[in-house]
Amino acid sequence: MTAQSRSGEQGGAFNAVVLVGGLLFGFGLALSNMHRPEVVLDFLQLQDLGLLFVMGGAAAVTALVFTLGTRSGRSAPLTGRRYGRRLKSMDRNVLFGGAIFGVGWGLSGICPGAAYASVGVGNLPILWGIGGMFVGAYAQGYVRSARRTRTSTPTRE
Amino acid sequence: MTAGVVGFALAAGALDSLFPNGVLAYALGGVCIGLGVSVIYLGTGHIVGASTFLESTLSYVSRLERFQASRFLATRDWRLVFTFGIAGGAAIYAFTIGDGVWTTQVQPWRLALGGILVGIGTRLGKGCTSGHGVCGVGSLSTTSFANVATFLLLAIGVANLVQALGVSP
Repeated sequence: MTAQSRSGEQGGAFNAVVLVGGLLFGFGLALSNMHRPEVVLDFLQLQDLGLLFVMGGAAAVTALVFTLGTRSGRSAPLTGRRYGRRLKSMDRNVLFGGAIFGVGWGLSGICPGAAYASVGVGNLPILWGIGGMFVGAYAQGYVRSARRTRTSTPTRE
Repeated sequence: MTAGVVGFALAAGALDSLFPNGVLAYALGGVCIGLGVSVIYLGTGHIVGASTFLESTLSYVSRLERFQASRFLATRDWRLVFTFGIAGGAAIYAFTIGDGVWTTQVQPWRLALGGILVGIGTRLGKGCTSGHGVCGVGSLSTTSFANVATFLLLAIGVANLVQALGVSP
């Protein structure tokens, strides 16, 4: 069973589906100009509210598909994973993290998916931003790993 | 009658100033993004977000406990494929119907410093504009609504503050 689910997660069909999904995702980001930090900053400075339609249009599609998928009670053909919704637990980190992300987004006009898309159009300065994201992701992982080690019991394996 | 016409003209003028580039390309792009998420969802059952890639990719080079979690190890290979696809999809658009190579004028220090905060905030907050903004909102998750409201308010405040301080672009 483990072997089968692993092959399902790594097989050619699985990767092909992920690639097609990624291509559509990136095509949509570029079509809506989200790969341009200037356009995102125009939105945040309330000069062009088009971004609302990007997020709204995308969320409308996922709302429909996730709802129908969850109601069907069925599982994905390539993995056997049950269709469900994206429900994360609420805690202080959701708000703290959202606030830190908001400051970074407002300062730079970049978010992860849009930055990856921007690489595809040859926007090399965006690598400053992606490099920064890796540094930030590493820093929070370092602090959280250190905290867990300090607060865990000595008998931990 | 005249008042109605004037009212309509005013409303149209307000729409023009709120949406100087229209809404069609934005909405169509959004639908494409939603379809990309949906293809992966229907085929694999995974609900993808873009920022998990940061930590799952760090698991290749860092032995920190945080990154060696099974949810990163088990998904890091296909998250590379997903990210490659995002860049590829944008390239396909840019070099067919789009404007080809494009380079931002936003200053590198803004990109780098903003990027660091985006990296911390999205991983601490369990998601980004795609994970919470598109997939979480599409799941009608109250956690995601709270996260999105928080980052939108802060981002609008900071972007206007930076502009008011005369930083451009």
